[in-house]
Amino acid sequence: MADFQNTPLLMGAVAYDSKVVTIWDGFRDWFAGQGFEFDYVLYSNYERQVEALSAGHIHVAWNSPLAWVRAARMGDVRAVAMRDTDCDLTSVVVVRADSGIESVADLAGRTVAVGAVDSPQATLIPLSHLRSLGVDDVKVQYHDVGVGKHGDHVGGERDAARALMSGAADAACMIDGNHLLFGVEGTMPAGSTVIVAQTPPYDHCNFTVAGSAPAGLVERFRELLLGMSYDDPQVRPLLDLEGLKAWREGRTSGYAQLERAVEEVGFYDGAGSVTASDYHP
Amino acid sequence: MKVCDLDTLGLDQGGHLLLKHALAGVAVGERVEVRGDSPELAVHVRAWCRAQGHGYEWPYVVRGASAGARERGADTTGGVAERAPSTWGLAARGALVEAGGPDFPFTLDEKSAVWTDAAAGIYRQAVAAQWDPAVAVDWNEPFDLPKEVEDAVVQVMTYLIENENAALVVPARFLGQIHPHFREVVGVLAVQVADEARHVEVFTRRAELKRGGGPLGLSTVGGQASLLTLLEEPDFALAHFLLSVLGEGTFLSLLSFLERYAPDPVTRRITHLALADEARHVAFGMAHLGAVMAGDPSLRPRLAATVRRRHDALASTAGLNSEVFDALVVLAAGTFTPAAIADGFAKVQTLEADMDEGRRRRLAKLGFDRDEAAELAELHTRNFM
Repeated sequence: MADFQNTPLLMGAVAYDSKVVTIWDGFRDWFAGQGFEFDYVLYSNYERQVEALSAGHIHVAWNSPLAWVRAARMGDVRAVAMRDTDCDLTSVVVVRADSGIESVADLAGRTVAVGAVDSPQATLIPLSHLRSLGVDDVKVQYHDVGVGKHGDHVGGERDAARALMSGAADAACMIDGNHLLFGVEGTMPAGSTVIVAQTPPYDHCNFTVAGSAPAGLVERFRELLLGMSYDDPQVRPLLDLEGLKAWREGRTSGYAQLERAVEEVGFYDGAGSVTASDYHP
Repeated sequence: MKVCDLDTLGLDQGGHLLLKHALAGVAVGERVEVRGDSPELAVHVRAWCRAQGHGYEWPYVVRGASAGARERGADTTGGVAERAPSTWGLAARGALVEAGGPDFPFTLDEKSAVWTDAAAGIYRQAVAAQWDPAVAVDWNEPFDLPKEVEDAVVQVMTYLIENENAALVVPARFLGQIHPHFREVVGVLAVQVADEARHVEVFTRRAELKRGGGPLGLSTVGGQASLLTLLEEPDFALAHFLLSVLGEGTFLSLLSFLERYAPDPVTRRITHLALADEARHVAFGMAHLGAVMAGDPSLRPRLAATVRRRHDALASTAGLNSEVFDALVVLAAGTFTPAAIADGFAKVQTLEADMDEGRRRRLAKLGFDRDEAAELAELHTRNFM
């Protein structure tokens, strides 16, 4: 990291969608307008990004919750900021309304459609929740869209919902907001599904900073983020694209469920090495 | 405390509209109690509040600060502005325009350059006066002309079509440059373009009516060169002056002549219909130029300079081609006899004098003094348009 002391603050982001370029180009311009030098590097997957953060190639990583869990296992990191929409999410397990399934206990031995193998919200956390409710013998049907992007792509969840509606699965897991979205868009028409389980609230992405990153630059970055206003017409379109109304202070209290899920399936080892055998980002 | 009762309505069935409405009625930080029987209500309200920036304390929602951000700082566009900012773009006049929108490159964005109070009335007249060529003209009305006279009509139609093409293209080119905020002006020009398309249609149908698929008349280099100078004029006021005041103004005399001496009922009818449209185009040109000149006295000498420049540019071309002149004579003659030709020739001479007089009158109305009006009327293209 020593080589980067005098460079702009360098942030890593994962290119899960082409809009990522629009978003970070826009923020870079806005930061420049505030007299703050900022640049970004795109990675094709979160594992590469976390390794780059650990190796000191970047100062900050715009991390998925799973990437945060891994980064925390690999070294000295902290979460400096997150979106308002990253706080207090829940995931749900749904069945068809006419399926006769009335509780999670009825799911024993049945097929549960989930998102990508590395999706915290549509796979790891809801399956862990089912286990915590005593349901640990379901047949998991993965919908691997964008593996390595930790479920950022909505496609896996939508495919799981379609599998449920077509009868290819008995239940499907998804984030609460996508249950609403799929109802509105007609993938799962209103009233066609019943929620049989909802996880406790958990947190999503954060800006993960390496302990060795220059403190002054990081602090200025944090201040500028928190100072952005949705009333500012220059940043409002960028905030809309990134899906937030306001940046919040980073917190790490909302990752316990995911930590537990990672432990249960052996996704990473204690030092942050990838140990999931069926995971190929 | 405000209560939002959704009854059995879910948020996946439009329930968010009621919730949004309820939140709009409380201050930032205040709570609304949500009631309802939809089974997923609590799950969906949680997700919706998170996405919308509202707080979630089930069964309460707390109004967030970001709601209404698009309206705050938005531009009010009511009334006709002196200058329409590029960021107003395509928005309706009277709309609230969210700040931060894209810049639209409408180069004619100043009221002083495009506006006339007469535009709204002319637009209403134009819309009310639209006619359908299939209904307004009896294309099957029987007539039979001597071959020479029919050939003359076809030559005149051929000439009219290329002139109407110019009258279509010129306003169309400026149409995309005028800020849509000045919608009455855009509307007049849009209808004008449609008028010209209809004129091209009816003149083409008349030209082809007895042709049996044979060729139409001659389009000359001189005629096209004259029209090209119209298309090349980049300034809206100057182009509008050349086209509508001088060109279409001159065409009022021509169409009136054609209606009066038309040798057949179809020619008489279509020139009558086109004449009414062209009179409106001239009225709009006069109103626009008059309004621009009222605010910018420097325009008058620029208009004069444009006429002189165009005259110089066309000095080496042939002007009205002899085919058109001769065709007008034969058309007015009606038959191919010495006496009739003498009569037709005299009528065309009268037409030219009438055109010149009309130009002088319109120039004088725009404030040119008598001598300059006479000079400029004289310098107008010999091709009429």
